[in-house]
Order: sequence, then structure tokens, then C-alpha cells
Amino acid sequence: MNWQAFVLTLELALTTSIVLIVIALPLGYWLAFSKWKWKFLAEAVFALPLVLPPTVLGFYVLVALGPRSPVGRWYESIFGSRLVFTFEGLVAASVMYSLPFAVQPIVAAFGSVDRKFIEASWLLGVSDWKTFWRVIVPLSWAGIVTGVVLSFAHTLGEFGVVLMVGGGIPGVTQTVSIDIYDKVQSLDFSGAAVTSAVLLITSFVILSIVYGLNRKVWFFAADRRH
Amino acid sequence: MLLTADIDRKFEGGPRVEASLRIASGASVTILFGASGAGKTTVLRCIAGLERLTAGRIVFNGETWADTKTGINLAPQKRPVGFLFQDYALFPHLRVSENIGYGVWRLPEAERTARINKVAGMLQIDNLLARRPSELSGGEQQRVALARALAREPRMLLLDEPLSALDAPTRERVRSELAQLLRKLHTPVIVVTHDWVDALTLGDEMVVMSGGKVLQTGPPHVVFTQPQHTEVAAAVGVETVVAGRIKRRESGLAVLQVGATELSAADPGGAQENFYVCIRGEDVTLETGRAGQSSARNHLRGVVADVVPAGVLTKVIVDVGFILTALVTRQAISDLGLARGIEVYAVFKGSAVHLFPQP
Repeated sequence: MNWQAFVLTLELALTTSIVLIVIALPLGYWLAFSKWKWKFLAEAVFALPLVLPPTVLGFYVLVALGPRSPVGRWYESIFGSRLVFTFEGLVAASVMYSLPFAVQPIVAAFGSVDRKFIEASWLLGVSDWKTFWRVIVPLSWAGIVTGVVLSFAHTLGEFGVVLMVGGGIPGVTQTVSIDIYDKVQSLDFSGAAVTSAVLLITSFVILSIVYGLNRKVWFFAADRRH
Repeated sequence: MLLTADIDRKFEGGPRVEASLRIASGASVTILFGASGAGKTTVLRCIAGLERLTAGRIVFNGETWADTKTGINLAPQKRPVGFLFQDYALFPHLRVSENIGYGVWRLPEAERTARINKVAGMLQIDNLLARRPSELSGGEQQRVALARALAREPRMLLLDEPLSALDAPTRERVRSELAQLLRKLHTPVIVVTHDWVDALTLGDEMVVMSGGKVLQTGPPHVVFTQPQHTEVAAAVGVETVVAGRIKRRESGLAVLQVGATELSAADPGGAQENFYVCIRGEDVTLETGRAGQSSARNHLRGVVADVVPAGVLTKVIVDVGFILTALVTRQAISDLGLARGIEVYAVFKGSAVHLFPQP
């Protein structure tokens, strides 16, 4: 068992989820409530990572973050290092790759908040911004947690993008899925089996939490009891 | 003038609401009355700022809230109204006390608590403060929602069908509680309702709407007794409204003098003697011979004054000492041979007689 890769993967998934929640809350609000005519185009763009082959996405990220791109040069001039083949580059790529997994449950949750609660808040003198935090977010809680957990789980298992952008450098960009691939390449089938089983169980536990959350098995049930 | 509202709201591919509303400074409760789809909720939402005017203006106490000519359109947050939603819209994730205190979060903690306790005391919901909305009955939810609206000390209350979410027995009780509360408040109120009992119980003034337009305005008893349009008469839906005086009360019944006749009704209680007597045409049965014993309290002898077709039913207008309207089927007209000049008995239960105090 390659613990270094395992810890690195957890770090990557955690960082990606944190970055994604910061992006997905305002983006989800806009996608759920904007009346802009061309919004469907934005919806299509943010859903692209669901259908694109990871290699295609990885290729564009590699070019976009590379030392010859404006983003890559800007990053290098500020931080003195390159984005590609680093952990930071991996985070940037993972955020893009897992974006729909965070955004879509949040948009669905925001969209299902009954409009009368939002209007009631306005009529009690509460601004749009405060209404967002005091009404929309608490009533969308299960959807927000689902988005975060799904993007975490999705990042745990990503392969193509990580390989393209990170290159599989042990301790820097070699995640569990790449470690499994390397093990199979070197015919270490028992090692690959152990690591695969760990990833399988972790993913199962995470998805169980998500589905349990949406059936309100634990959290809301406690609320109703008193 | 307290409120001047000239509202023109077009919905894309849908109906248009074009209504002018004037509420005088002294008025306390104004009823916006009409069937569903009449546009009354749209008017209320325009006043609250939840709907944007297509054209027109809204001026409250000299303050312009909306004016399409100058482009003024105050956000709902900036209009000092208390709004009661049809199903109350209590925040499900907050306790009752948090719901009531929601709109006064800017007050310092001690003041906020004092305010919550004050309105909770006024509405007698002190014992519910720690509950969640899902643990409240319909009547309790309504009082919590009223407390939440009143906590901000609004300068006008807007109530959208405040009683329609309640079951019938609860509605009767909550209606009289609401009437008492609104009298106590000294805040002008607009109540949207399609129920004529609400209108007569709660209203000082009444605005009848149909098809997005205002048809008639005036005190409720005048609108009910003297509808100026057939549409108003159809909208208010009560065929008989006459003045009456209680002569005596016995074992829960009140005997009233109405025109040249006496009739029995459930005793409304209190010391008031002068009432408007309302009887719906559907509640009146017509018989040609003197019927035997029946549970109905009122058997009034009279003469058919007119027979008027009214859709699937026929209106039979009977002079029983006052003018009483009965709604019967065409089959009944031919079976009983009802025509002008025929002598009939009008039969109806005491509980079919609705009494409203004369102001």
C-alpha cells in the first residue's frame, strides 16, 4: 500500500472541495436565479466536464497552465514556480474537472427553495445577500453537502486529468489511481488489488453518506423527535 | 389619502390586472374581494413590491413607492408593510421565536427579545416560542406569521387569504380572533379574500374585483345589499341580505324581526340587537303545502314575486314579509308549478341564517 499516494490524494480531494464550495455557492446562486436569456449556454459550459474525455480536458488545462500560456506566465512571475506538474496545478485541474459535481446538486437545491420563503424574507426587510445566508443556504443544506461530498469523491478517483497535468511524480502528483495504474504496468497485481479495494470502500462509504443525507436518515430525523 | 394605487400589470401571454385603489386615512380594514383569478393577489403583491408595475404608480402617505413615469420602484425591503402569505410561509428551519425575530435582527439582543415577547403576548403564543413551525396547528401558524409581520411595526398590513388555509371549524374561531385583533391594532389593513363571511366580519371598506378590474367599492353591507353590477351580485354570491333586529333570545336561538316576519337564527351572543341577516339561495327549500314536523326552524309563508332563470338553477323570489331569494332546479319549478302569485312556504335551518352586526 502506497500511503504517500493515499495521503496526497486525500489532500488533493480536500483542497479541491474547499475551493469548489467557494466557487459553487455564488455560481450556483447565479445559475439558479438568473433570468439571463443566454444562461443555458453557461449551463452547458459548466456541464462540459461531465462528458468530455479527461484527456481532452487535461490537454487544455496543460496548455492553458503551461509556461507558454498567459496564465502560466502570470503564475510563474508571482510565485516563481510553474503550475504544471505541481500539486497546485493538480488542484486547478481538479477544480475544473469536478465543478459540475459540486454545482449541479447546489443549483437543484437552490431551485427547490420555495419562492415564498425568499419573498417573506424580503418583506421582513432582509436584503438579497442576507436572505441568501439566512434562508436559501440553510434550506439547501443537504444539496450543498451533497455537492461537496460528491466533488470530494470524484476527485479521489480522477485519473486522466491528473495524469495529463501532474505526470505522476511520487510525493508531488502521484495519486492513488495513478499508483494503481503504475502497479499494474509493473505487474504488481496484489498491490493494485489492495489499493483498489481501499479506493472502492472509501467511495462506497462516501456515496452512502450522500444518499443517506438526501433520505434525511440521520440529521433531520433528530430534529423531528422533540 | 393613505394609499393611492393605480395599478396596471400585464403578464406575458396571460391576464392583465388594471385596478385603481384609494384608501382613506381613517380606514382600518379594506377587503379586496373576488373569485380566484380576479387579480386581487396581484394588486396586493404590487403594493408590497413583489410585482413590478407595467404602468401606474403607488403612493403611500405622500411617499412614492412606485411610479413608472419617473422610474421609481422601491424594493420590498424598503416598503414598511407587514405581509401575511396565504399558507403563512413560516421559515421551516427556524423556531417560532426566531421566525418572529427574523425581521428585527438589527435590534440589540435585549430589545429584540422584548419585541418578540410583546407581539407573542398580544397574539397569545408565548407558550409556542420554542417550537418549530411543523409542530404548530394551522391556527397557531397563522398567529405566528401575524406576530412575525407585526414585530417590525409595519405601517400597513397586507393579508393574502388569511383564513383559506384553515379547516372549517378552525376558520370560524380564527376569524373572530382576527377581527378582534385587527380592531385593536390601529394599523391600516388590506385583506384579500373570496369568502363573503370574511368580508362582512372583517371589513370596514370593500373593493370588489373581477377579471382584473375593480367593479365596486363601498362598505361591505352596502356592496352586499346593493350590488351595482350583476357581476358583483354573482361575485358576492349571497342572494338575501336584509336588516333585522333581535326581539328575544331563548336557549341558544335568537328570534329576529325581519320586515313583517319573525325568523330564528343561532344566537350570535353579545348585547348587539341590530344585524344584517344573510341567507344563501341554496339554503332555502320551497314547499307548496304546509309541511309536517321538520328540524328546520324557519317555515315562512309567502307569495312568489318572480321566477328568474340563473344558469342551471332558477331564482325564485318570494315575498315572505321581506324579499327572500331561493335557488331551485328547473325540475322543482315544474313539479311544484311555481309561478308568480303562487303561495309557498320557504323553509331553512336556523344555521343557514348568518348574522352580521350593523355598524
